[in-house]
Amino acid sequence: MSSMIEAGAVKPLATKTDWSLWLRQIRMILRLEVKKNFWGKRALLIYLLSAIPVLIMFVLVFFVPNADVDIDRHWGGAQEVFGNIFESLILRTIVFFGCAWIFMNLFRGEIVDKSLHYYFLCPLRREVLVAGKYISGFVVSALLFSLTTAGSLFLLYYGRGYPANVDYLIDGPGMGQVLTYIGITILGCLGYGAVFIVIGLFFRNPIFPALLVYGWEWLNFLLPPVLKKISIVHYLHTLSPVPMNEGPLATIATTTSPWISVPSLLIFTILVLYWASRRIRKMEISYGNE
Amino acid sequence: MSPHNKQQSAEIVFENVSKFYGEILGVNRVNLTIGPGITSLVGPNGSGKTTLMNLMTGLIQPTRGSIRILGISPDNPQELFRKLGYCGQFDSFPKGVTGYEFVRSFLLVHGLSAKEVEKKTWRAIERVDLIEAAHRKVAAYSKGMRQRIRLAQSIAHEPAVMILDEPLNGLDPIARHETKRLFRDLAKEGLHLIISSHILHEVDMISDRVVLINNGYILAEGGVSGVREEMEEHPMQILIRCKNPSELAARVFAGDNVVEAQLHRDKNGLFIKTRDADSFYLMINRIVIESGMEIETITPVDDDLNAVYHYLIGSNGGGAT
Repeated sequence: MSSMIEAGAVKPLATKTDWSLWLRQIRMILRLEVKKNFWGKRALLIYLLSAIPVLIMFVLVFFVPNADVDIDRHWGGAQEVFGNIFESLILRTIVFFGCAWIFMNLFRGEIVDKSLHYYFLCPLRREVLVAGKYISGFVVSALLFSLTTAGSLFLLYYGRGYPANVDYLIDGPGMGQVLTYIGITILGCLGYGAVFIVIGLFFRNPIFPALLVYGWEWLNFLLPPVLKKISIVHYLHTLSPVPMNEGPLATIATTTSPWISVPSLLIFTILVLYWASRRIRKMEISYGNE
Repeated sequence: MSPHNKQQSAEIVFENVSKFYGEILGVNRVNLTIGPGITSLVGPNGSGKTTLMNLMTGLIQPTRGSIRILGISPDNPQELFRKLGYCGQFDSFPKGVTGYEFVRSFLLVHGLSAKEVEKKTWRAIERVDLIEAAHRKVAAYSKGMRQRIRLAQSIAHEPAVMILDEPLNGLDPIARHETKRLFRDLAKEGLHLIISSHILHEVDMISDRVVLINNGYILAEGGVSGVREEMEEHPMQILIRCKNPSELAARVFAGDNVVEAQLHRDKNGLFIKTRDADSFYLMINRIVIESGMEIETITPVDDDLNAVYHYLIGSNGGGAT
């Protein structure tokens, strides 16, 4: 037996060399997967999905008569409308289904294409594969949906007209709001990504669990305060600069501070990915049953 | 390290391995030790060959028992796949890749330097004779070319153990000959080659040892000579797909190793019965070279193989020693 194998059999902890190898491997998986996610046929749907809010804002700003005057005159109302569009359309629909498509396909797509075994036959810890795939999905979704959010906001500000828009953006709270909305979008990709990578890994038909999560997230406003906190959208909602009005039926829950919301989402993501990493070690390839 | 452990680290060891898919038996109580050289796993379709191979590579996990590949457990992929290459039966590829990209991309995941990856990629592609087609999309490859590029991918990192599931399937006679030569070369380099086939004739010439498997049980294992002698007495049926089977029939009958020839119903194929498949394959090579005749595929016919196996396995593996 080579000394390398002997050493491998007794060492309980990862060495520095392991970490450097794992990082190199993650970088390579990232290169392959990001390319696939951006240029593969499956990417087309994501491009269409991410363009929807921008198109809606485009129509509102350029095709509704006197939109520029109305937006400027009722700036507070316009921001509320955008807040509703952001939470209901961008966050709860576009980011949700976009992440579902991107992250579930990271593993499920390869199982359908019968090509996952090529990764499983590489000298690669499966945990590293989960990390590499997750990061690639995160990069793609965060980039695309941040552009969606930024593009929609740009059109909202554009509709207000110059110089009010520039003043609001540069001298007012505009830039902070833009960054907050983009930050929420990125956090959404982080949390939903973790949920959907797990669903894609362990459910043969991931549509039903995904719809179940969708229902749970949408009905979040009706849930008792304790249950409200077992959802991603609750934390994202509390971070919103102009939170969506959830209507008269919504249950009242104490607002969660950003100092709790953001770490909670990060911890949730880490825990879900850790669980996925443990489970994937026992995963078997049986395309015949798919 | 004890001498026993040292020996184990040079072998592939199955200890009382069973695999059940729910209530369906994959393999049962397999005890097997495989040394360097070419070992062929031979058995009818569904006998458990692929299950054994997937167990060795960790693609599936044993229900019971343990497996060590050169002393490494299959649930340690980081160590295992530095030493092991697997060319499975899945005729599928990542979408849109060229042959070169296919081999290169998975070598990159090994964590090698770009220069090393480039060198190993071309070396592997050259070994399977696909240099000219390397930059074409795999989707446009013929079945034989796809088989060869998968082979290239599995040998690219220069493993010590190669597991090849039906590697000769779909290859034309010339590619088949070249691939067998590649296997012999790899075995000479000291590699463990484990090749599965449902046709003993296909692998017995190159195998150092044969493991016969049926219904998930190892029936016999050992040298090939005893098995071969028995097989030669029983004609084997082969289907040759070509455009002018009548002309081919006339030509094959000129040789002395064809006992029967029959046209396929669709007139685009010829069933041949031969007692010596290896000589027959060589003869077909000669015919193709001399006459320029185009042959689409050559496939041993399962129904007849089942009959051969019935003979071979029905006698409780007596032929194999």
